Formats: sequence, structure tokens, C-alpha cells
Amino acid sequence: MIPAAFDYEVAESADHAISLLGEHGDDAKLLAGGHSLIPMMRYRLATPSVLVDVGRLDDLRYIRTGNGTVSIGALTRHSELEHSAALAEACPMLASVAALVGDPAVRHRGTLGGTIAHADPASDLPAAVLALGGTIVARGPGGSREIAATDFFTGYFESVLADDEMITEVRVPASSGGWNYQKFNRRAQDWAIVGVAVAGGGAGVSLVNMGSTPIRASGVEAALAGGASAAEAAGVAADGLEPPDDLNADAEYRSHLARVLTERALNAAGVA
Amino acid sequence: MTITEDAPGHVGSRRLRKEDPALLTGEAKFIDDLALPGAIWVGVVRSSEAHANIVGIDGSAALEIDGVNEVLSGEDLAPLWGEGALPCAWPVTPDMKNPAHLPVARGTAKYVGDAVAVVLADSRYAAADGAAAVVVDYEPLPAVVEIEDAVADGAPLVHADLESNECYTWGLWGDNAPAIEAAFAEAAHVVSERYLQQRLIPAPMEPRGCAAVPSPAGGELTLYSATQIPHILKVMTAVVLGIPENKLRVVAPSVGGGFGCKLNVYAEEILCSALAMQRGAPVRWTEGRAEAAVSTIQGRGQVQHIELAADADGKVTAVRVKLLADMGAYLQLVTPGVPLLGGFLYHGCYDIPNYMFECTSVFTNRTPTDAYRGAGRPEATYAVERAMDSLAVSVGVSPEEIRARNFIGADAFPYESAAGLVFDSGDYQTVLDKAVALADIDGRRAEQAQRRASGSSKRIGVGFSSYVEMCGLAPSRVLASLDYGAGGWEAATVRISPTCKVQVVTGSTPHGQGHETCWSMIVADQLGVDPDDVEVLHSDTAVSPTGLDTYGSRSLAVGGTAVYMATEKVIDKARAIAAHQLEASEDDLEFSGGVFRVRGTPEAEVPLAGIAFAAFTAHDLPDGMEPNLEAHVTYDPPNFTFPNGTHIAVVEVDTDTGDVDLIDYVAVDDCGVQINPLVVEGQVHGGILQGAAQALYEDAVYNSDGQLVSANLGDYLVPSAAEAPRFRLDSHATPSPTNPMGVKGVGEAGTIAAAPAVINAVVDALRDLGVTDVDMPASPQTVWRAIADAQGGAS
Repeated sequence: MIPAAFDYEVAESADHAISLLGEHGDDAKLLAGGHSLIPMMRYRLATPSVLVDVGRLDDLRYIRTGNGTVSIGALTRHSELEHSAALAEACPMLASVAALVGDPAVRHRGTLGGTIAHADPASDLPAAVLALGGTIVARGPGGSREIAATDFFTGYFESVLADDEMITEVRVPASSGGWNYQKFNRRAQDWAIVGVAVAGGGAGVSLVNMGSTPIRASGVEAALAGGASAAEAAGVAADGLEPPDDLNADAEYRSHLARVLTERALNAAGVA
Repeated sequence: MTITEDAPGHVGSRRLRKEDPALLTGEAKFIDDLALPGAIWVGVVRSSEAHANIVGIDGSAALEIDGVNEVLSGEDLAPLWGEGALPCAWPVTPDMKNPAHLPVARGTAKYVGDAVAVVLADSRYAAADGAAAVVVDYEPLPAVVEIEDAVADGAPLVHADLESNECYTWGLWGDNAPAIEAAFAEAAHVVSERYLQQRLIPAPMEPRGCAAVPSPAGGELTLYSATQIPHILKVMTAVVLGIPENKLRVVAPSVGGGFGCKLNVYAEEILCSALAMQRGAPVRWTEGRAEAAVSTIQGRGQVQHIELAADADGKVTAVRVKLLADMGAYLQLVTPGVPLLGGFLYHGCYDIPNYMFECTSVFTNRTPTDAYRGAGRPEATYAVERAMDSLAVSVGVSPEEIRARNFIGADAFPYESAAGLVFDSGDYQTVLDKAVALADIDGRRAEQAQRRASGSSKRIGVGFSSYVEMCGLAPSRVLASLDYGAGGWEAATVRISPTCKVQVVTGSTPHGQGHETCWSMIVADQLGVDPDDVEVLHSDTAVSPTGLDTYGSRSLAVGGTAVYMATEKVIDKARAIAAHQLEASEDDLEFSGGVFRVRGTPEAEVPLAGIAFAAFTAHDLPDGMEPNLEAHVTYDPPNFTFPNGTHIAVVEVDTDTGDVDLIDYVAVDDCGVQINPLVVEGQVHGGILQGAAQALYEDAVYNSDGQLVSANLGDYLVPSAAEAPRFRLDSHATPSPTNPMGVKGVGEAGTIAAAPAVINAVVDALRDLGVTDVDMPASPQTVWRAIADAQGGAS
């Protein structure tokens, strides 16, 4: 449980962080809350030679609402999402999902930008942002770009983010319509064995831990758009997916859970 | 001594623990907190293979790392211990097979985690980097992973030189085999069940660690270790390494839990001691959490076959048990004895005349097993309590009724069991009745029926577990009859200082239990002093040279009794001094509240403080009396103690997902007289959750190659407070006649009781769906599949 040796740099600004990333190439990793990266380093599953600490960039800790959009700074902690009155008003689903991440210690250190950049298919908030139709703002040496959440995740712990880019902001539309998040796990602190996010009255449905990325359940969305009932739409939730096999659940059971939880989420969201 | 609930003293009160301020403020010093400048840090290279010849060990890359100084193989280290093996203190049969067990393997690695080389470095970090950089060339051999595979025809051999994977077969049946056969032949009901006890990883808050510090001048060695057993470790280290006992001191600093896994003599303790003596420098090692999963003993690991024979009314006439128990690759300190501790208890708390128990223990290519909270007794209780529920179904009566029909009666004590023990005291029916009332069984059953009728996917289940356990280990002569390599006594010294403060030295070694608090309360009541004026010394063989340490719920019943008796001895001496001062007969003196008084002459009195000072100055003591107030007692218990109780778990099972929610948990325990109910409740809460953890969460999963798959705390699910049920506790004390305080012990009771209560509840919830058994842990997937299978195939 001792990580391999690494160097440590403190970023003074987002641009400084990006220049440090450029300097050290793919040997460097950004350190935000550290609650995913540091355990992986302790198991030596990750062995970055340089950590660039962006945890002190307080100018990237904010929740701004207006014009039908919620803009959240990348360094905003899960606990800040959980307890924000503005977010509870503008996008209650995101606040609610944030409250289910890990345990209080994780939520007080973990950041929204960090969990999205980490791209763990079993994490809660990436799937929520996906269901909400969110946008990721990434800054690199050449400036900022906006990436639709649907285009962001590419594989297990992989995204379109370049080695010298960092997420600076996450935007989601102020929500309208029924929403729900079903998280199924064995211990309160754990990742979801399967999770289902429903946003916009069924316009956006996403699945947690049902493949190599957070997955937009387009089959369910299409079924609903075509007039299917919640039960009928939920019936296709696992179609065409290749869910992982692990100690908690094999693929067959995960597919079953996806159907059950999708139906529960749709019903709870008031989707007819 | 009589203690009642409204006793005016400290015993029986919910006194806050005096241990806690140091623990809560971080002042307590654990093994890794020790500052030892110049220490050599050990990193252990562990086998990545379950069974393999070690073809080569290449340390060249490790030696290039800054701070890494040496890489040593088992061959290099062999001169430190020769053929000397790590000790097993419990050769349960004369023909038991005990393979030579070296601290660092030579030639062949026998399990994933087996030490195959060590790195010596300047820091813990360099040691970890160095260990990761050592390249070991393995030639894989066929591995035996599962218990039943070990005894299959043509099974690969874990130890080729032993020519078999069977370690021993041990049985208890006496001369009643024909009676057992007859009972089964005549039975109206026969229950025959097979249960699996999965392996568990102990996972105390603090992993292991040790530091051996030599004294350059005199050849002494001090071994610090996160251990439950400094006294036993001292004797064993002296024997294994040939260090004169008078040159060896063992200290257990603050120890962050053990649950039995620190009741052992480990490779790293012997390794650090031997290297420290050789190098003349401190040598230390701190275990990592991931390392602990494979390098520290695991618990349970049994396949159980239990049969009950009963008459038409459900009165059990015979129980017959056959076990296969997994020793792992080697025998640790008491590995072979663990199944035996359960072997006396497979008849549970029932009056069953015919009893047969047989255990065959086997070697596998897995981490050694050994004592884990309850050690044999949770396994026994699980089997009999699950089988009793099956019998209730067969007879057509409720779980509480089948138990009532079979309980040992309250008037039957002392009760000689068919397994040959004498149970001290109990009132099992009253305990069960209290639990039934507290759990609102009728209300729960009505709710269960209503949900079934409505077709709800949220089923209610109620599960019982009535248990009796043996603790207060143990009468030395009984241990001798079981071929255990030590006695079961405990030692205590009580001293009163010139200013009437009290020093208690106990041979019992706390690692979270609260000895300091409880011993202080006992002594304070006896002497009429404040508990804060009592100091309790322990866990250092230089301070407490005599003791047999802490395991098997023995501390209070044996160690606490020794403290009580030593205090009585001090009072006897003080009485003689008081009689001398008051010019009265000792027989005419009474002692209460710290004052000796002459009966009938209220003004004639002398306080203990005065006597303490008089004993110190020794100016005017009775002729021939030695100065000072001090007494030492070594107490060998005449019998075990037998705590008992009934636990009731209520679960809600989501039949759509298989998720089990433990919605209520009632426990009524008879642990005898309680010294501090707050400490008792803490033990029961933790114990229940640890038992429920086996039922619902924890599982050391190995794949077919012998790799531990659940090797981290993300995959090995230790439940947290968030998963804990609502605990509702009550008690019903029948004081044990075995010892003067009437105490029994409570350290393992919750763990012994909980697993069958929870699984019986899960099965009760699903019985109308055709489910009759669910393996532990009853994970959502396992439960969902059990339902699907019972309904005729996966949905």
C-alpha cells in the first residue's frame, strides 16, 4: 500500500497546471480530490511520475445558475453539490446523486471535474451528467473547448481528454421534467453494482457500470419516445450491452438489475 | 460476592472507558508509531503463485533502488533458523501431519502470499519499492484450492513429502455409535444438511507489525509486536530461535484489534527477531492492508455435514456431524484446534442424548487458517441452528417451538452434555421468551403473511438463533486432554501504594476490550477506592511477566477472576494489620467502603489508607508479617463458562433484486454478571455485525488458480456502521457458579449467534417461494439466483 515514488507540483492556476502537464507529458496526472487516484497509486495500478495538484484552484469551485444553464467549476466538491441551495433549485438530480457518492470523507474531497476525468463507468456523477445532456469544458494549451458528455467517455477510465488538457467546468441544463437516480450497491460507501439515471421526464436515461463507459440508454429513450410504457421501455435497458462480470454480479444478473432499476427509476420519475 | 443491578458500587454501571481519551485523541502509540532511529526496514516478497517451485530470485533491480541494501532468499536466511519451524502449539492427534513451516520459504511456495524473499532497506518506502522490484522465477505446480478437492482421488499434494492432503481426523463419539445408529433408525424425522463456511479475512483496524530491538551491551532483545499474546510469543520466540528467555522481552503497544488473527506467532516476528540479533540493529516491518489479506491468517473455511434424528414431536434424539476443515498450506499456532472448539457444541443448547462429531482437516494451497472471533463455535452454532429450523419445518412447528421442545431445562444445571462438558448455568427458555417478546414476533409474522398474500416483492423473514458457547478458556487439565501445548490459567498482581493508590498487573493482554476500565471497577468496589485511583499494567513481559493473554472470551472469566482473587488476598493481609491496630480479632472485623470496623463497636475503625501506610513503613506490623500490601494470584479455572442467548433477526428481502435488508435485530444474552454494561453492549454490537458480515457480506474468494480475488477492501466487503441493523439488546444473567463474580464472557457471543439468525431469516422470508437454503454470504446475486432456481430456472 506504498505508492511508487513520484514528484509533486502545486498548480497556481489552470494555465499553470496545463503547462506542467505539457512539460511532463503522459507521466503526469492531475491530482484533485485524490480519492480515486491515490488508492490506485497505493495498489501501484497507477504509477504517475509527477502529480500536478490542482486542489487549491479555488477559482474553479463555483456553482452558477442562469439562462437555463448550471455551470459548475471543476474543483467543486461533491459535498458542495450535495448542499448547494442553488443546485437543489436548478438541478436537484445532480445534488441528489452527489449525496450518494462514497462516504462523507470522499464527498468532502472528491471533485466533479475529477470524477468525470477519471471516467470510471461505475461512478455516479458521470452517468448523471450524461443523462442530463451535460457539456464538459476542457482547457488545453490552445484554449478551451466544449465536449458533449455523450462524446466524452471512450472506454474504461478513458476519455477524449488530451494528456495536456484539464476539465475546468461542467455545464448541465437547468432541469425540467421528472428525474430519478437508482443506485444499487451492497454497502453505502460502494460504487453502484448497477445504477440508472433518468432525467427530463425520460428524455435522458443513462446506466452506471453496465459497460466500459457510462452508457446512454438510447434504446430506452427511443422506446419511451415511441410511446412505450415504463415497464416496456425498461425491458430493453440491457439490450446490446456487454456488462462486466465481477464478484458482486455476473453479466446476466447485471442485465436483470438494469431492467428492474430502470423500471423503478422511470416510475419514480413519473414517466408514464 | 453479590452483585445486583442496584448495587451501590461501580460494578454494573455504564462507566466510560478510561482507555478512550488516548485512542480518540491519537495519543495512543501503535507499532508503526514507534520511533526507532537506524532501524532496518523489512519488505517481504510474497509468492504470486498458489503452488510453484522457486527457480530463481533476481534482486538486481531492487538493489539499484536508493535505500535498498540487501535482497535475501529463503536459502540465504536458512542459517538463522535452520530447519526450525514456525510453531504449532496444538497437535490434536498423535499422528497429525505438521509440515515444516519456515518464516521464508525455500524451494517451493505453497500459497499466494507465502514469503519467498525479503528486502532490507533504510525506510519503509524503500522496502516497498525494493520488494516490488524483486523478480522471482516460478515453475508453477498444480494447486489444491477448494476443501473438497483436497481429498478427491488424484488430488495434487500440497506437501509431497506428507503423501496426503489430510492433516488429521479427530472425533468425539465415545461408545455410543450403536445408540446413534438406533436413534436414526427409529427417528420420525431426519434432517440432513450440508453447509459451507466460507473463508473470512479478519481485517482489524490495525494490520500487523513488529519491531525487534537488540541491546548491544547485554545481548538482550526486545520484540515489539501488534499481538494479542506477548507472553506466548515470548516463550515461542525463545524456543524457536534459541534466545534465552531471560534475555527476551516482548511488548504489545496499543493494538488496534485482533479478532484472533493476532493470536499467533508469525514469520515476520521470528524474521525480525533473528535478523536483529544477527545485525545488532533494530529490524522492523509494518504490514500493508493488501498484504494482510494474504499474509495474516484467515478464519472459518469448512464444509459441514450435520444430521439430526428426532421423534414425532420433534425431540432430537441424536446429532451426527462430519466436517471437512481447511487448514490452508501450513499449521499456524492453533490452526488444527479451531474445529475442535466447535466440536463440543454441535448439539447447541439442546438436551440431545446421542452425539457424534468427526472432523477431517486438510491442507490446501491457500493462506493458513486459524482462530477468528468465535473460533469453531460460530461454525457449530450455524450448523445446528440452521438444521433446527429445517427440523421445525419437517415437524410443522415454529422455530421457537422446536427450540422450546429441545432446550436443556433451567433445572438441569450443572448439565453434563453428550459431548462431555459440564454446562455451568442458564435459563434458555426464559432468554428465548424475552427475545420473542422484544422482537414482536406476532406482529412480524402478521406482516409477513400480509405481504405474501398481496404478492409484494418485499418479503419479511424472521430468523432465530439460540446458542450456547464455551469460553473462559480454560481448565489446564482439560487443555491437556485435548493435547493443547499450554495451560489455561491467568495471573494477576495487586499492589497498594503508600498513598493508597492501586496498581493491578494483569497477564491478560487487551487490544480493544477495555480491561483497564473493567479491572479498575472490580478492584475499586472491593477496596472502596475510586476507579481512577487504580492503575492497570499489562502487555509488557517486563512489567507483567506471567500471563496467557487474550483470546477465547477468557479475559474476564479467567484474568478478571485472578484480579478479584488477588485483591481478596490483599484485603486479607490488610485485615490482619487492621486487627493488630484495633486490638481486635480478625473475625470481628468487617470491611466496606474502604474502612475496617469492629462489629458492634462503630467508633473502632481504621481506613485502608492508614493500613497501606502502616504496611509501607512497617513500623508496627504483626510479628512475622512482611511489609507492604501486595498479592499475586495465578488462577486456573475449574471449568469453562457457558454464555448463551437467543438472537432474532428480521430481514426484508427484495425478491426483484435479491437484496437483503436487516431491518431489526434483537439479542438477549446471558453472559453472566456484567461488570460494565456499556462494554458488554459494545462487544455485542460489534460481534453481531461481524456475524452478520459473514451472513451477508464477507467472502475470501479464490479463483481456480488459487488467487485471492477479494484481496482489497473494495472487493472484500467489511460492513460499516451504515449497514448495521438497529440493535435491540436485553440480558438475562444466570451467574456462573464457576467463579466468584459469576461472570462468563461476551467477546464472541454476537459473532457466534448472528450468522444463523440472519440466514434463517432470509430463508424464512423465501420459504413459500421454495427456497430452503442460501449460501453465505447471502449477496443480492446469490439470493436472486436462489429464488430463480427455486422457481424453476433463472428468469
